[in-house]
Amino acid sequence: MKIVALAKQTFTTEAKIALDGSGKISDAGVKKVVNPYDEFGVEEAILLKEAGKAEKLTVVTLGPPTSQDASRQCLAMGADEAILIDNTGHEELDDSAIAEAIASVLKGLEFDLLFAGFTSVDDNSAQVALRIAGILDIPHINVVSKIEVGEGEVTGWREADGRTEVVSVPLPALVTADKSLNKPRYPKLPNIMKAKKKPLQTKAIGELGVDLGSPKTKAIKFELPPAKTGANMLEGTPAEAAAALVQALRNEAKVV
Amino acid sequence: MSQDVNVFVEIQNDEIRKVTPQLVTAGRPLAEARGGKLRGILIGKGSERLAPEAAKLGFDHVVFVDDASLAEYSSEGYASAIVGAMQELKGVLLVGNTSIGKDIGPGIAQRLGLGMVSDVVNTESTGEKPSFKRPIYAGKAYETIEIQEEDYVLSIRANSYPSAEPSATAAEVKKLDIPLGAEKLRTTVKEVVERAAGKVDLTEADIVVSGGMGVKGPEGFDTLRPLCDVLGAALGSSRAAVLAGFIHPSHQVGQTGKTVSPSLYIACGISGAIQHKAGMSTSKCIVAINTDPDAPIFEIADYGIVGDLFEVVPALTEEFKKLLS
Ligand SMILES: Cc1cc2nc3c(=O)[nH]c(=O)nc-3n(C[C@H](O)[C@H](O)[C@H](O)COP(=O)(O)OP(=O)(O)OC[C@H]3O[C@@H](n4cnc5c(N)ncnc54)[C@H](O)[C@@H]3O)c2cc1C
Ligand SMILES: Nc1ncnc2c1ncn2[C@@H]1O[C@H](COP(=O)(O)O)[C@@H](O)[C@H]1O
Repeated sequence: MKIVALAKQTFTTEAKIALDGSGKISDAGVKKVVNPYDEFGVEEAILLKEAGKAEKLTVVTLGPPTSQDASRQCLAMGADEAILIDNTGHEELDDSAIAEAIASVLKGLEFDLLFAGFTSVDDNSAQVALRIAGILDIPHINVVSKIEVGEGEVTGWREADGRTEVVSVPLPALVTADKSLNKPRYPKLPNIMKAKKKPLQTKAIGELGVDLGSPKTKAIKFELPPAKTGANMLEGTPAEAAAALVQALRNEAKVV
Repeated sequence: MSQDVNVFVEIQNDEIRKVTPQLVTAGRPLAEARGGKLRGILIGKGSERLAPEAAKLGFDHVVFVDDASLAEYSSEGYASAIVGAMQELKGVLLVGNTSIGKDIGPGIAQRLGLGMVSDVVNTESTGEKPSFKRPIYAGKAYETIEIQEEDYVLSIRANSYPSAEPSATAAEVKKLDIPLGAEKLRTTVKEVVERAAGKVDLTEADIVVSGGMGVKGPEGFDTLRPLCDVLGAALGSSRAAVLAGFIHPSHQVGQTGKTVSPSLYIACGISGAIQHKAGMSTSKCIVAINTDPDAPIFEIADYGIVGDLFEVVPALTEEFKKLLS
């Protein structure tokens, strides 16, 4: 069985978010990592390799040339090869175009299982992977916390609002990872060294034959949330404070 | 081409979900700006029975699609039904950003060749190029997305728009026959385990009461439950409380838990770590109860009480009882 995992480079979740001079999100001084949800997918694929169920893992990333750090990280974890779609000159594509670009590369690869994160922690859009499944016309299981790979099929456990669903789909299929899928490993130094020699192929996004010219949606403004002015502290005994709070919630905040 | 705006009316546990009248509020001005109608689309099990109820939510039209293959929710079945319906009805599609909305929205947009804005919390403009605001970086920033084409798909975060008032007159209800090609469906739903039936769903709740390590143990949550009952609130928790085994993981709020946006969030014995804030910072009003006056949760709270939750929460429950009885 062959596996492809998608791995986007994102800010760490601890990053402080600020705007730059042009009103866009600034990446000055921000540490970048493999999108945590993508890491679960990569780890799951490596576990399947170690269990003898898969023989090859290819990691696909779309981003600026510097996101090859994310590719190398996945290779150090245990992926066999990586493909980086270099988006230089097309940094602000919408989800639809990103999905088209990645899907066009996936069409040239052979795979049975496609892993992705259910969302990326920067844009929180949760679209790209499912759009890719749509383009490739493969079934998916979304937000999965446990999988079992059987003969020609994969079964996933997913948490939906108020219920757990156990869903099976035939391969090839997409599985998007939730946090509880596994615990991604930290690559050891020898593996980091070995990863430097593993194949990392770069493709320019403009040469994929995908139409990048007509976006369907466009980000036109970024803002930080309004700063809170500090809590209105209610004093007194617990009973007094509780009474004052209930009054405030009713008459000031008007939420009860 | 059609000027209409369509709303996916989601059914859960044989009821129309609470997010639906909020989608009516979001959809109405879009339909007006386009000079079109607002239509509700019901899918699957129970849809025929619930259609008359949907017809009073403020739609101009209601259609339902029922088919044996839709008895159980599956992403493929539901997505095919909605794609089929949209190919016939055309226009804009709104879904709730619920787990079903998240599961089917992007694939539907892709198959219809449409752009999509997910997790919308506000309409910025209904003009020729409508634009919508959504949180990014787990609520640490917002972006405004402008639609570049005529038609599009939105998923709307629960509790971001007020619920529309029910209409006095019922909209016309029609059955829609969509050839589903059920034999082509590849997804098998093997098992569904329903949890917490009857209790308020966290992501949709109008009020959330959450407990953290300050509740000290599983029985500590029993101090919060009466407050939930009085307020009709859902019970949330921090991750630390989940990891400590105080409560089931399905209650976890935060970056690796659920995102909630209620009108009132009451954090009891929660310090306010950045990962917790990621799941609740867009709540309209935040109350923090904590023994530590320097707890970071107070930085984002609107109201705070420095005190022992085991004293403050019962007092609060009593006060709410008086107010709401
Ligand atoms: C990758 C990652 C993801 C994470 N995801 C999440 C997430 O999704 N959600 C989440 O919540 N956390 C998450 N965390 C954990 C987060 O960093 C914090 O550890 C966690 O939120 C702390 O939980 P807490 O506030 O309950 O506990 P603590 O930080 O221990 O705070 C307990 C608070 O209770 C107060 N207290 C104690 N006794 C009382 C009393 N009697 N009355 C009133 N107050 C009292 C204390 O003053 C303190 O402020 C994540 C962490 C990581 C690294
Ligand atoms: N630029 C990218 N490169 C590789 N994978 C991506 C990229 N963008 C999105 N994905 C995949 O799609 C998932 C959902 O992304 P998003 O729609 O951005 O939330 C991510 O977790 C990734 O697995």
